[in-house]
Amino acid sequence: MTPIPVLHARGLRKNYRATAALDGFDLDAGPGIHGLLGANGAGKSTAVNVFTTLIRPDDGEAWVAGHEVRTDPRGVRRSIGLVGQAHAVDEILGGRQNLVMFGRLFGLAPRLAKARADESLERFGLSEAAGKAVGGYSGGMRRRLDIAVALLLDPAVLFLDEPTTGLDPRARREVWRAVREVADRGTTVLLTTQYLDEADQLAGSITVMDAGRVIANGTPAELKRAIGGDRIVATPADAGTLPTTAAVLRDALGVDAVEDADAGSATVPAPAGTTSLAEALRALDAAGITLADLELRRPTLDDAFLALTSKENS
Amino acid sequence: MILVPASVLTRRVLQHWARQPATPLFGLAFSIMLLLIFALLFGGAMRVPGSDGDYIAFLLPGMLTLAMMFGIEATMSAITADSKKGITDRFRSMPIPSGAVALGRSGADMITSVVELGVLVIGGLLIGWRVEAGPLGALAAIGLLLWLRFALLWVGIFLGLALRNEGATTAVQVLVWPLGFASNVFVAPETMPAWLGAIAQWNPISATATATRELFGNPTGITSGWLADAAIPLAIAWPAVLLAVFVPLAARAFRRLR
Repeated sequence: MTPIPVLHARGLRKNYRATAALDGFDLDAGPGIHGLLGANGAGKSTAVNVFTTLIRPDDGEAWVAGHEVRTDPRGVRRSIGLVGQAHAVDEILGGRQNLVMFGRLFGLAPRLAKARADESLERFGLSEAAGKAVGGYSGGMRRRLDIAVALLLDPAVLFLDEPTTGLDPRARREVWRAVREVADRGTTVLLTTQYLDEADQLAGSITVMDAGRVIANGTPAELKRAIGGDRIVATPADAGTLPTTAAVLRDALGVDAVEDADAGSATVPAPAGTTSLAEALRALDAAGITLADLELRRPTLDDAFLALTSKENS
Repeated sequence: MILVPASVLTRRVLQHWARQPATPLFGLAFSIMLLLIFALLFGGAMRVPGSDGDYIAFLLPGMLTLAMMFGIEATMSAITADSKKGITDRFRSMPIPSGAVALGRSGADMITSVVELGVLVIGGLLIGWRVEAGPLGALAAIGLLLWLRFALLWVGIFLGLALRNEGATTAVQVLVWPLGFASNVFVAPETMPAWLGAIAQWNPISATATATRELFGNPTGITSGWLADAAIPLAIAWPAVLLAVFVPLAARAFRRLR
């Protein structure tokens, strides 16, 4: 018998009046960072809320570290840390007061709670702001405190629901570093995000959701591959030479070229990657075409996401 | 164990006050202001049926009762603020007994209420109110006031969890005024139009106001009718009924917050 993965869901359903927030949702995820990707309203947060016992599913089952959310919610709560979309720390209290309070609520004795609070402040680079009211923290500091609170008891699973929404680029990086460090210690992390680059940066495996269901599973590389390989995009300096540019590329690489008159560029598949790029450059040069731009474009998760969701909607 | 997490959460509110003392101080200032407005501004024009004494003797127990009633609003706002911020969700996702959050809140609110009663009693003594009965009666009166507050704070917890939008919160903030005033807190029901007098007599806070007046040895403003005989049993029973209704409702609202 194969052991149940740390996170395991089968056929989860949750309806809000007429709309299905979850419509037969399945998931299997083990240690490492697992990305849950989807547009607004795809059901990501509902899935997290079911796993963290905040809402009861109408149907299906969800297991967290061997505990089922409906039959053993207390077992689930003992195994998880949650960083929700809203800031779930007390803004009037200081950072250390927050950590001590949540440590005490987790059942730590007063002295242990204080010791753990100081360790956490150190680990997440918040020692200097320990006494300051959290209301005066930057967005990134607040998120890190949020994560520190969620990790007080070393949970088996950490849920991060859009942890970098609304943060500036520097703060996002701070949070990413903290999340990576958590996963390196062997914690299973379920990360929801709308930012594909975030999933690409952090996640070892990704589940794409749309309308409450899973539409794709795989590593970031697998998802990108699934929608096709690299492409070459050539933009001639003189828009009048666009048809010639396309024809030269077609002949040189033996593939179909697509002209985009609005962008003033021609796009062709690059079957051999950078080798194809070099061939294209030589052919265009020989034909005497002056280029404004020549680019080898790798498919992004955005491309994958758009391709997957449009397939689903058509 | 529910008491440890509850006491941690009570402590949280006390820490809030230490960091932002303006909030509790403003609450106390409001109670004192209301007391002074009614005692000094309106007091001279008030006549209490069956009594030729000073209005403050009738007013102060009523003011104490009203302060307990207005506490609903403070409890509700605090609970709503936590649910909006997501801190309640964190509590709900933690391995703590679900009653601990509400119990922690009630601990803090009961401490506030004791302080508030103390301040109002001192204020009353300064402007001429006196306890005319023995100390046991006075203690029993304070006990009944806190019993009412304890019941009403569960109403506040339920409303704070159930009413999440601004409009509903404002509606409650406005409605506590007519509900508080349609009672015998400020004037005797005998002086009101018959229909309003009937409502005022049945208002749960009238029972507590009358019972505390009796226990403090102050005039009740009641010359006849059932409320005079039934005040103390009713002041015990009404909060018990409120608790029986609103504790389960609050527990349910907490479980189904989303």
